[in-house]
Amino acid sequence: MTPVLEVRGLSKAFGGVQAVDDVSFELRQGEFLALIGPNGAGKTTCFNMLNGYLPPSSGSVKLNGRELIGMPPRRIWRLGVGRTFQITATFLSMTVLENVQMALISHHRRVYDLFSRATRMYLDEAMALLDLVSMREQADRPCSELAYGDLKRLELAIALAHEPALLLMDEPTAGMAPSERVALMALTADIVARGHVSVVFTEHDMDVVFAHAHRILVLNRGRLIAEGTGAEIRANPLVQEVYLGGGRLFEKERGNA
Amino acid sequence: MGFYLAQLLTGLANASSLFLIASGLSIIFGVTRIVNFAHGSFYMLGAYLAYTLVTTLQGGIPGYWFSVLAAAVLVGGIGLVVELTILRRIYRAPELFQLVATFGVVLIVQDATLAIWGAEDLLGPRAPGLDRAVRLMGEPIPEYDLALIAIGPAVLAAIWLVFHRTRWGVLVRAATQDREMVGALGVNQAWLFSAAFVLGSALAGLGGALQIPREAVSLQMDLSIIGEAFVVVVIGGMGSVTGAFVAAVLISVLNAFAILIFPQVSIVLPFVVMAAVLIVRPYGLFGRPGSEHGGAEEPEQPLRLLDQRSTMVLLALVAMLAFSPAVVSDFTTILLVDVMVATLFAVSLHFMMGIGGMVSFGHAAYFGVGAYAAAMAVKMLGWGMLPAMALGPVAAALAALFFGWFCVRLSGVYLAMLTMAAAQILWGVTFQWQEVTGGDDGILGVWPAEWAKSDRVYFYLALVLCLGGIWLLRRVAHSPFGYTLRGVRDSRIRAEAIGIDTRFHQWMGFTLAGTLAGLAGVVFVFSKGSVFPDALSIGHSIDGLIMVLLGGIHALAGPVYGAMAMVLIEDWVSRLDYWRFIFGGIILTVVLLAPDGIAGGVRRLIQLVRRDAA
Repeated sequence: MTPVLEVRGLSKAFGGVQAVDDVSFELRQGEFLALIGPNGAGKTTCFNMLNGYLPPSSGSVKLNGRELIGMPPRRIWRLGVGRTFQITATFLSMTVLENVQMALISHHRRVYDLFSRATRMYLDEAMALLDLVSMREQADRPCSELAYGDLKRLELAIALAHEPALLLMDEPTAGMAPSERVALMALTADIVARGHVSVVFTEHDMDVVFAHAHRILVLNRGRLIAEGTGAEIRANPLVQEVYLGGGRLFEKERGNA
Repeated sequence: MGFYLAQLLTGLANASSLFLIASGLSIIFGVTRIVNFAHGSFYMLGAYLAYTLVTTLQGGIPGYWFSVLAAAVLVGGIGLVVELTILRRIYRAPELFQLVATFGVVLIVQDATLAIWGAEDLLGPRAPGLDRAVRLMGEPIPEYDLALIAIGPAVLAAIWLVFHRTRWGVLVRAATQDREMVGALGVNQAWLFSAAFVLGSALAGLGGALQIPREAVSLQMDLSIIGEAFVVVVIGGMGSVTGAFVAAVLISVLNAFAILIFPQVSIVLPFVVMAAVLIVRPYGLFGRPGSEHGGAEEPEQPLRLLDQRSTMVLLALVAMLAFSPAVVSDFTTILLVDVMVATLFAVSLHFMMGIGGMVSFGHAAYFGVGAYAAAMAVKMLGWGMLPAMALGPVAAALAALFFGWFCVRLSGVYLAMLTMAAAQILWGVTFQWQEVTGGDDGILGVWPAEWAKSDRVYFYLALVLCLGGIWLLRRVAHSPFGYTLRGVRDSRIRAEAIGIDTRFHQWMGFTLAGTLAGLAGVVFVFSKGSVFPDALSIGHSIDGLIMVLLGGIHALAGPVYGAMAMVLIEDWVSRLDYWRFIFGGIILTVVLLAPDGIAGGVRRLIQLVRRDAA
């Protein structure tokens, strides 16, 4: 079976800095994959290349066998890649429901419709999505009044609107209270478990990562240094050194270079 | 050879005075993020004050230069008063409010100047000691021009020293880059802003004072310079003084040579250069991204469809309007047509700014293109009224399609400036292209067809077209297209992430707004029977902005209230002396006391009534 996402030799250099260096990995159907690493490891750069916001220096990203490199973000979305942002981005002048309706309107290619009433379109679908993230009660509230945790859940509903094959979540729990973090990721894991969507997410909170991720990739200084299940990653000496410090690692690397 | 040298030196002398005013504008924008329309008024005041001082002191060389400097200092003081009483209260308001508030100051200063110095142009004395011409390569060059050529770089050097060698200057540069950070470091921002504003207005005053030997002091000085000064600031990059200098030299020297080849070009040239620069470098020559937006806006409330009772009220009002010609005088019927035209124009501008988030300083361009296209079709092609009326919006749509393509590549103040450039280019074409557009004389005798000749019939035609246009825009605002446009305004990154081609969508929104403005222009031209370049002028664009603001930008009904209020106020006050003063006062009152406009006031009133009833 072909993997949902196939990343080969992905690299990005900013001037002399090799931010992402020859990263390759695969994502299987229904998998919940975490991408972790210390600050500056290249997680966000990697992410922005996956969803088309940043052109890579070299490498390939294939979704169900189709090359994504060179496409603008909106085309990648149309192919079935949803995303949430590190800092939430929603339409603040609309209600919660309208935010989801917008995604549905775009999915059904109706954005150039000049005469229908936008608020009356795809109501049932939108409500079902809000149900999925337990936001039905808030449907008619202006988005600008929502608490941050609710905005994150709303983003998830928006990202799922076009039934994506792949969901990219950049630090989904950043800025949330600890109890909310666990709830949001449990919800995401639930959605992965029941449906057809596969998820790649970056995260700083190790509790979240080890509790839910099926598989973990560890990036350091732009390179993939480890890959495995939670237990394997925990036991990996290289990962321990990266996270807990250890000058010898850097010396060794310099020796190799 | 000598002739070209003379042209070059004239260009450089113009560059110096342009630089003085533009540098002040740029400093003010850099620190306070205010697009200061009143900057031209400071320039004009500098000239008037210097004229009075020079002619009363009669002090020879020292007297002249003392007067020039004293005028600059006085203008700085006036700037301080304006800053303390008006601008200080609106630093956190959206760009539009600031722009309109400073335009209120322009109106007030115009009438104050008229009251003090009178309507006559004043011919200033020559500068003592510099009143002759020297011969360079056989060409006479005024000595005063040479002095100006030296003064420009000298002021640039002085500003550079202040900005790089004094603590205050370092703070100004820091605030230009990141105001919040400077505030977080414990710097008193209020004081810093005032000081920057005083420096900026004093520079404008100096620029005006130095002009008195070169041109007559007149009441038109303010608006004639401000467009060019904006252009210079935008080309140089907002907030960059060096950029302002380079841009001033570029514009003035280009202009000095371009008029040799094509004499009419001078009106349009700066705007063409600006458009070209912005397309290649969207933040100007020395500008940085991130400086294009003014204060942050409060998130808007969601749109609601009308409930049944409001629909009934609205229908009743439309019915009243429809039956009004039976009751009121012909004069009022004509006035009502004006109101409807203004309303459609304001609603189309609101669609672009309120819904689309694209502030336009040049929306009158599409109004004017619609009006001119219809007028030319009637006069030159001999078309009937109805086909000409159909052609107008099409022509406006094409113009909006063309200029919009460039404009939507930018955002914030830069976008606004490019819309202004587009409008000025079109205005220049109508003004200069005498054979086709009639130039200053306009196109006369564009009357409705025989069957629509009577005021009453034309009223109904206007009613159908204007209300139809307003209905269409309202309908679109509630449609997926309008929602998507608001979505792009709210969060471009989110819109892109749900598959929307944000630029294309804004382009289409821009075009639709322009088309409906063109429709307003068409109704206008047949009701007046004539059209003049004024229809495309900056002043008319600002009228539109004032209407939108007066009504309240955060409500779909806002521009309707605003346009009605504007036409009625204008009809009332323009019969009075010093109507600009009154009008400026009204604008400032609205901006300072009721920033949500008439629509906000009406909403509060309804809430009050409902609470009492409950």
